[in-house]
Amino acid sequence: MSQLPDDIKYLNTHEWARLEDDGEVSVGITDFAQQELGDVVYVELPEAGTEVKAGDEVAVVESVKAASDIYAPVTGVVTAVNSDLDTAPEWVNNDPYGRGYFFRIAPRDAAELDELLDAEAYAESIEG
Amino acid sequence: MPFIPHTEAEVGQMLARIDAPSVAALFEEIPSELRAAPLDLHDGLNEMDMLRWMGAQARKDEGTLCFAGAGCYDHHIPAAVWDIATRGEFMTAYTPYQAEASQGTLQLIYEYQSMMAHLMAMDLSNASLYDGASGLGEALLMAVRGNRGSRSRRVLVADSLNPRYRGAAQTIVGPQHIELVPLALDASGVTDTEVLAEHEGLDFAALVIQQPNYFGRLESVHSLTDWAHAQGMLVIAVVNPIAAAVLAPPGEWGENGADIAVGDGQPLGIPMASGGPSFGFMCCTERLVRQMPGRLIGRATDARGTPGYTLVLQAREQHIRRSKATSNICTNQGLLVTAATIHMALLGATGLAQVATACHHANNQLLRHLTAIPGVQVRFDGPHFHEAAVRLPVDPATVLTQLAAEGILGGVPLAPDYPGLSDCLLVCATEMRTDADMARFAGALARTLTAPPRCQAGA
Amino acid sequence: MSKLIFELSTEGRGARAQWPQTPAEALDDLPGELRRRTPPALPHLSELQVVRHYTRLSQRNFSIDTHFYPLGSCTMKYNPRGAHRAASQPGFLQRHPLAPPALSQGVLGCLHRLQAILEEVTGMRGVSLAPMAGAQGEFAGIAMIRAYHEARGDHERKEILIPTAAHGTNPATASMCGYRVREIPVTSGGDVDLEALQQAVGPHTAGLMMTNPSTCGVFETQIRAIADTIHGAGGLLYYDGANLNAILGKVRPGDMGFDVIHMNLHKTFATPHGGGGPGAGPVGVNERLLPFLPRPLVVEDRTADDGLHYRWADKAESPHSIGTLSAFGGNIGILLRALAYALLLGRDGLLRVAEYATLNANYLARALEDAGFQLAFPQRRASHEFIITLQREAREWGVGATDFAKRLLDHGVHAPTVHFPLLIPECLLIEPTETEDLATLDAFVAAMQATRREAEAHPDRLHQAPHTMPIGRLDEVSAARNPDLVWRGDPPMA
Repeated sequence: MSQLPDDIKYLNTHEWARLEDDGEVSVGITDFAQQELGDVVYVELPEAGTEVKAGDEVAVVESVKAASDIYAPVTGVVTAVNSDLDTAPEWVNNDPYGRGYFFRIAPRDAAELDELLDAEAYAESIEG
Repeated sequence: MPFIPHTEAEVGQMLARIDAPSVAALFEEIPSELRAAPLDLHDGLNEMDMLRWMGAQARKDEGTLCFAGAGCYDHHIPAAVWDIATRGEFMTAYTPYQAEASQGTLQLIYEYQSMMAHLMAMDLSNASLYDGASGLGEALLMAVRGNRGSRSRRVLVADSLNPRYRGAAQTIVGPQHIELVPLALDASGVTDTEVLAEHEGLDFAALVIQQPNYFGRLESVHSLTDWAHAQGMLVIAVVNPIAAAVLAPPGEWGENGADIAVGDGQPLGIPMASGGPSFGFMCCTERLVRQMPGRLIGRATDARGTPGYTLVLQAREQHIRRSKATSNICTNQGLLVTAATIHMALLGATGLAQVATACHHANNQLLRHLTAIPGVQVRFDGPHFHEAAVRLPVDPATVLTQLAAEGILGGVPLAPDYPGLSDCLLVCATEMRTDADMARFAGALARTLTAPPRCQAGA
Repeated sequence: MSKLIFELSTEGRGARAQWPQTPAEALDDLPGELRRRTPPALPHLSELQVVRHYTRLSQRNFSIDTHFYPLGSCTMKYNPRGAHRAASQPGFLQRHPLAPPALSQGVLGCLHRLQAILEEVTGMRGVSLAPMAGAQGEFAGIAMIRAYHEARGDHERKEILIPTAAHGTNPATASMCGYRVREIPVTSGGDVDLEALQQAVGPHTAGLMMTNPSTCGVFETQIRAIADTIHGAGGLLYYDGANLNAILGKVRPGDMGFDVIHMNLHKTFATPHGGGGPGAGPVGVNERLLPFLPRPLVVEDRTADDGLHYRWADKAESPHSIGTLSAFGGNIGILLRALAYALLLGRDGLLRVAEYATLNANYLARALEDAGFQLAFPQRRASHEFIITLQREAREWGVGATDFAKRLLDHGVHAPTVHFPLLIPECLLIEPTETEDLATLDAFVAAMQATRREAEAHPDRLHQAPHTMPIGRLDEVSAARNPDLVWRGDPPMA
């Protein structure tokens, strides 16, 4: 059974988004997603400073036999990327909601987060 | 029925097992109005008759004395190369998806990647592409994807690049709206450094330089590379692998080396064979590895710690990434790479350098033979490697026709691709051409120049 | 374990019979700064060392010549040695690609004959032999579709439709040609969902790519309706010839309504796969795409004054061509092997290919079904290949398609294609080909049965398979996280 913290938001494409204290949004993939992918071997991250729109493909996560696009949950500017993943992509498997995050976005409008799924709705989407 | 082992009894037994009245009945799902009428084709031949017909065809083309290069070279191929490469275990295997049952092919490709990376002085090599020209097309796509500092879909391409490479690359990148912008030649047949300034400050994804260039001239690869890097371009080196044994390899061009090296592997033990199959090699820097098209083989270990070899980074490829793959390419040119690997292992660094030296020597000797004929000149001043443009006092096309009548392939005309060089032939002598061969060529050429053909004499 | 060739090297050794002798001063006219400073790190070996090393490596391969190789969608049939010999004659091997027609009538005559045979076999109006592989044939085909729409000033067609069961090359090709890809679902019977297709087509549709028989191993019976739908919307129909072996002489893509096709000569025409190439992927087109065929093309001129009956078409004769795809004329050595194969088989032999490939596939499908395996499309007639799904085995014993594949290697059988097409879970795609005999098919069934019994009793044996190969399963995760692609003189592992 995968973990679904209820203090963060979800996309039905299996990203999560968390509003941090400083007003930025950190983004990663869900526990369910990392289990489905298997051992993550590579994450292609955007460059800091990139402007993104909600729904843009901004990153790619690869396992040995699969690759998935990662979509921006909100519109804004990428402020930082998790460069630990360059050398240790296994953090995506080991700590998907923590050290395995992908990048942070300074959102143009944090209210966009309200449009995303909550834990319950996401749980339904992966069961259905 | 050639190659079908079934006896009549077996067919009966098999049909009974699947409850089908006849073999024809197995096609019942095909709508009857679509079924083909009997094909309008020949009766099958036995092997002896097939070989008789194909043999007669082959003999029509046999015995030509070759002085053409232009991207395909007549080198000696050690007997062992194809004796081993055509062993059924190499020749009739497929892409090594099942690593445990393909260690022969996989280890060989890992050795190939290693040798090629060393020869080019680059970080890594892929398992090969179809040929050098299509490989350049893939390199352009890779450079446009991989140059993160550039938004441009334009690349600078020196006019001294083999025009057949430019042609194929154009076909491959055209649908993605990538534009090849030409860089002019100077009077000595190399890229004109004066025109570089005109391109400064404009956004280009990459610069393509061939060394030695199409005319056998040597480009100033160090300064061109540094200039392109200073302008934020990636550098794509197009090179002859034999020449790389004695010329500065792409990884050592300028301060930081070329970013991508491509070329045709034909000189490494592949017969000319009308130009194909050959293989394209591609090497790049570590930084670009995820942009690399084609197969990559990596070393790994099994549960007992035994080292083995397997396809790696497959998530870039079409069977996983589908419409977002780095390329649609599915295979490499496995059998040609097998031959080239055996060839490089036999020759070694010393042997390859000696072949290159012998070719250079032969070509200089050829130029001495030819320029001894009144009216024949080397078109460009300065050192040449491997081949050269020579200017003739009469139309090269006519000369080639007359030489062909004597069984001599006297070079490649430059007129179709370089209107300004319409009086020139591109000639080449490899280590295979003896002094007697060259004398024969020069003698025949001298005769065509002194005795113009009848059709011209009457004009 | 097998040492790397680099580990056999000893400085000072060399295969000197292969070295031409020219004094190093011969290079003195080359500018010093353009010379190589340090020699490349290639190994130093005797000729015998090289011969022995690569002969031994060859013995670590499965191949058609040594093993049954039922790799679905790859048509691993016998590659006649006669065809190899036919293409290996000096006149063919020593010909320079730019030799003029006067020195090339032999090879040009062969290529022209092959063009004509392929036109007849596929029912197309013109064939170009230029593409060097199936994927390049696909590229040429879609580039021609694009050129066709553009020549008509029809710039709004930006989408290629592709059934979900398609091989990954199809969408990758469409992208390379600058198209968006829209996937069309496949019904549970294995056919294209016609209703979904009708909803998807429109003025934005450039074309549809499909194989028939499909990658589901069944003949797409609604092909005429599909063709009408695409053509009605102004799009063109592309035939991926991956499965041409199944219908050779029985039904022709041209007659089914396809506008453009590519063939994989390394499958259907039995040229060797070479450990992953070279192949050849000629394209055939109908009337409306003729002007766009890739160069070069061989033309026949029986009336030529000079007696040269065959020549390459001039550029001016095909001004709308999509262009060239290689430096020269493509993989001509492979084309010659394909011609030799076609000459050997002739009209009747080519027809037998599809018949016996289909007989073998249906026999094997039934035998496996009787042995308790689950067919993916049990209600359909198999084409030259078929799919079994090991979903039940995976659920009950935790043993999947990969485990079966690996264990089959221990039985001396190359594994079928696994996990393709993607829409069938835990699947094996099995293509026996027409050149295998009944005893080999029965032995395969026995190996599958033995593996299934073992899966139930000792699933671990399958998880750890193979047991008799030179290596066990490799740690692909580490290999992908830290790729080791080039030998750098490091000590051997373990």
